[in-house]
Amino acid sequence: MKGLNGCLALLRKEMTVYFATPIFYITGFFFLVLAGYFFYTNMLYYSIISFQAAQQAANPQMAAQLNPNTLIFRPLFAVLAIVLLFLVPIITMRLLAEEKRSGTAELLFTYPITDWAVILGKFLSALLVYLIFLAFTLSYSLAFAMVTSLDWGAIAAGYLGLVLLGAAALALGLFASSLTENQIVAGVAGFALLLLFWIIGWAQELGAGTLGKVLQYLSLLDHYDNFTKGVIDTRDLAYCLSFIFFFLFLTKRQLESRRWRA
Amino acid sequence: METMIETRDLTKYYGSTLAIDRLNFEVAAGEIVGFLGPNGAGKTTTLKILAAFLSPTSGTAKINGFDVVSESLQVRASLGYLPENVPLYPDMTVTQFLEFAARAKGVEAKQEKGEIQRVQEACGLQDVRRVLSGALSKGFRQRLGLAQALLKSPPLLILDEPTIGLDPSQIVEIRTLIKNLEGSHTVMLSSHILPEVSQLCHRVVIINKGQIVANDTPENLSRQLGHEFRIRLTVKGPEDQVAAALKQVAGVNLVVSQGDGRFLVEAGGGQDLRAALARTVVAPGWDLLELQTQEFSLEDVFLNLTTEEET
Repeated sequence: MKGLNGCLALLRKEMTVYFATPIFYITGFFFLVLAGYFFYTNMLYYSIISFQAAQQAANPQMAAQLNPNTLIFRPLFAVLAIVLLFLVPIITMRLLAEEKRSGTAELLFTYPITDWAVILGKFLSALLVYLIFLAFTLSYSLAFAMVTSLDWGAIAAGYLGLVLLGAAALALGLFASSLTENQIVAGVAGFALLLLFWIIGWAQELGAGTLGKVLQYLSLLDHYDNFTKGVIDTRDLAYCLSFIFFFLFLTKRQLESRRWRA
Repeated sequence: METMIETRDLTKYYGSTLAIDRLNFEVAAGEIVGFLGPNGAGKTTTLKILAAFLSPTSGTAKINGFDVVSESLQVRASLGYLPENVPLYPDMTVTQFLEFAARAKGVEAKQEKGEIQRVQEACGLQDVRRVLSGALSKGFRQRLGLAQALLKSPPLLILDEPTIGLDPSQIVEIRTLIKNLEGSHTVMLSSHILPEVSQLCHRVVIINKGQIVANDTPENLSRQLGHEFRIRLTVKGPEDQVAAALKQVAGVNLVVSQGDGRFLVEAGGGQDLRAALARTVVAPGWDLLELQTQEFSLEDVFLNLTTEEET
């Protein structure tokens, strides 16, 4: 119970700071501009294809493929994941690096709150910011549902994937922020690590055998791909959750080490 | 009396640099203790360890009976800490910052508002409640730092240079504030300003190069050093003759003529030579205008203990 209070105190503090600084508004603005642009072009493409299909009513094969989920939302989820790659390090880079640089870590870690409460509070605040951004994109599917019927299950799976992928990336970003006092370094390190976990699966295409399989399993993108197809696999869930836990755990270790160093 | 702080052979290395070397001291509950030392002596390191922010390389420290390493949460729950340079969250207003500090310290939701108001009033922050912490002047920053330390009235306050960078009137205010905590709180403060320490503190711990060189009341420290007795005299008479006569008095080690008939006499052995000196001056018919024993100030103690004599 006590730990929860500390965690909530941190969460509230971080949200106050997010809302008081331009980072939140700038990243949110550009995220939504990009997401909106991709949704718009996907929809435009879809409407052109639909129009063509209507003219060639005799072509049942083409009409069967006309599914807003595969033509609009799946590519949208795929591209949002790439936007995420740029967005997440910017959300997380401040979290621990700034505490160290400004010396407020000295206050924070002399308050009676556990390291876990600090880490979870900060992680949840970044996740909340991310969820706020994502919530705005729900309007696309809602608007689309007014003119046609959608497979909500598949969309929900896509969003679940986006949330889990985002949470995993945020945990990694938080860890990067614990490594340094410099926000920029934290941002760059977060981006580089994230990119590494993104592309690690590509090695499989080089035909590296078992190693390739392992690398592919470690790749964030491969697991995310299933979600965008509308498939929720426990393996993917387990991967994302253990990825999150692993990096939060590393962050905890990193924080503990501060006591022994200068 | 209850012991609030207790250290045993407290040692801290930064890499291979020795920052503090086997510190042993105790602070009783209710005491106000000043922690003095030149820059780089290890004051801040010691305070950081006591506040459970750093771990010692070896040795132990106990706050309120809890070990700073193994019972860090209990230690942190029993202290209010004002770090050096007062780090604050610049994007939060004074009230937002105190709300966060209150929650982090586990002040109950019902008492939160009252508690924040109490510390704001105690530290004179009522007029800047809605100001961003980053926009505060040095004096207000210091007060806000003190205010957050006072939240939930912890039994121990650790203040690292609480009056540094303040103007004289602000220094007096902060000093009064600390003085008001006497009795209800134990206060450990570090400072460069010696008169401040002698005014505020019941006891002074002086460290130099990571080691404790003195640990006593300000008065006792002056007295200890004053085992050599210093007397200031003003005499109307021929200077060299007076000086020679004074030197003849048994027990006098040194006579310094300072011009205009003023002399400084240092005597060893702790004997009071005032009467003998007075007689010596008056007997040949000179006029004794002034005779005064001079106390060693804390500055003398400090300099004496922390500077090595060049040989």
